[in-house]
Amino acid sequence: MSHRTTREHDELRVIVRELATERIAPRAAEIDAASEFPWDLKELLAGQDLLGTCFEERHGGTALDNVAQAILVEEIARADATTSLIPIVQKLGALPILIAGSDEQKARYFPRLASGEWLIAFALTEAGAGSDVAAMRMRARRDGDDYLLIGSKRFITHGSIANLLTVFALTDPEAGGRKGMSAFIVETDTPGFSSPRLEHKMGIRGSPTAELNFDDVRVPAANRLGEEGDGFKIAMATLDRSRLSVAAQAIGIAQGALDFAVGYAADRRQFGERVADMQGIQFMLADMASQTEAARQLTYAAAASVDVDDPDLAYWTSCAKLIAGDTAMRVTTDAVQVLGGYGYVSEYPVERMMRDAKITQLYEGTQQIQRMIVARQILKRAGVSRAAKP
Amino acid sequence: MKIVVCVKQVPATTAEKRYTADLRLDRAASESVINPLDEYAIEQALRLQEAGAVETVVYLSMGPESAAEALRRALAMGGEEAYQVTDDALAGADQWATARVLAAALGKLAPDVALMGMSSDDARGSLVPGAVAAIRGLPLLSYAAELMLTGSTARIRRLTASGFDVLEAPLPVVASVTDQVGEPRYASLKGIMAARRKSLETWNLADLGLSAHDVHGAALTRVVEVRPPETKAPTERVENLGPAEAASRIADWLAARKLI
Repeated sequence: MSHRTTREHDELRVIVRELATERIAPRAAEIDAASEFPWDLKELLAGQDLLGTCFEERHGGTALDNVAQAILVEEIARADATTSLIPIVQKLGALPILIAGSDEQKARYFPRLASGEWLIAFALTEAGAGSDVAAMRMRARRDGDDYLLIGSKRFITHGSIANLLTVFALTDPEAGGRKGMSAFIVETDTPGFSSPRLEHKMGIRGSPTAELNFDDVRVPAANRLGEEGDGFKIAMATLDRSRLSVAAQAIGIAQGALDFAVGYAADRRQFGERVADMQGIQFMLADMASQTEAARQLTYAAAASVDVDDPDLAYWTSCAKLIAGDTAMRVTTDAVQVLGGYGYVSEYPVERMMRDAKITQLYEGTQQIQRMIVARQILKRAGVSRAAKP
Repeated sequence: MKIVVCVKQVPATTAEKRYTADLRLDRAASESVINPLDEYAIEQALRLQEAGAVETVVYLSMGPESAAEALRRALAMGGEEAYQVTDDALAGADQWATARVLAAALGKLAPDVALMGMSSDDARGSLVPGAVAAIRGLPLLSYAAELMLTGSTARIRRLTASGFDVLEAPLPVVASVTDQVGEPRYASLKGIMAARRKSLETWNLADLGLSAHDVHGAALTRVVEVRPPETKAPTERVENLGPAEAASRIADWLAARKLI
């Protein structure tokens, strides 16, 4: 799998970088300090048509390819990781509908999502079902033409502010998580739905991470995605594609930290010379740059694999997210090191970037889950079948 | 009603500028942008169009081939079509030559208003709007904080030391705007995509009925020297002091220079 960025890709990067530098970067520190969702920046991105890039033109979107979508996320994350979650989660929540939704469901919901009028969230994780998605407890009980959803979700990004959710619940508990799970589109103004609590987090602090309660929430059967029992498959297909956005976010965070560290090193003088003239610092900056570039190129290759619906796309997106997430953590940590004591204080942005980077090693599959996926794919290619669990 | 906005591509303010041996700006060496002051003219034209006072917004630029990028960026902000005048004979054109070329192109486009930024960010001569108006024999409404169009007249508000002057002239006119017309918009993604399909036509001097002698040969000015500003005394930094001590140090510094 390989790719080449086009003139259109370069043009998009220039435009988004300008917008992010002028309008998003100056807000990043206060968004972090106040832990408040940046509604103003959501409006800004919506107004520039940047929340509809994964939707077709007939639904009001701009139907960008996955490399372009990665560039968009990357350039926003370079300025502020929290704000980059706005397009990331808009796509994450919509992916189950893109993958399994009917034309009618798409026509009903996509225009409001593409315009940014509505926000959507992806409600899969539960307190006891994180990496082990199949351990899900939430139920969806058939009741005439409706389903009644009962249970709770945890760690749902934008769950408290979304107008719409894609929710996963068991329609057949006997069959277990893999076979008995179904997916639903739920409007959050439906009676019985509530969001009682937000998490206090290390990073991406302006992005609300919510606990969601469903107390007999009535959802029409017309809002089920695919057939009963398709839920697990839809969730996995979603994550195989959405982790590309996390890889792009990680690269953006790394690039932001690297760029800041370079600027600081060029300014800062110690022992009568610029820090940037010291070889020890130069080697650190070179490692940060080359690792970020490697992660970027791998992510674009993964994006190209999603564009062509490559049967091996899960391998590519897991490789990309694994490398990009670890790169973001390492590069931001090194950026703090380049700044020394100044890197550790909130007067400079790199400590925030370091805290933000950590999440890219955790969500949409921990780095350990990515390794499991990569290992499974290479063993499958080698003809090694999966061992049956006792 | 038709507005032609004249747009110049200039090196980004932050870019390091390099010059060729004959003291012309080496445009290939630095990142280029739309002249920021022209973005205000674009914004003013698009606001008039959105208010229904103008049907068509057209862009015109004289410059090397790369200036097409500036026109594409302008088209991404809005407007209908763009014209670029490019010709090898235009290299080294001064403001008078530029005005002659723009005046000839405006003669072909016949707008109700030829709108420009008050100045360009690179040369800062501020002569082109006036020169174009003189060549075309049209009224000049310069340094507008706002442009208003009412049927057969153009009216501007111009900021003065004590308030606003209001000036009016019958159409067609040449007008220039300041940064008070309102913040230029960012191009939206749909705007960028739409711009790729908008018409961008290229003209050379012959298309305008001009010869090389009319422009470069007739340049009235010549650049004789280019040098960076002289380095001033080194910056003094007040660092690692408490707020009170730092403030008193700065106050002493200013007082010593009779600035406070």
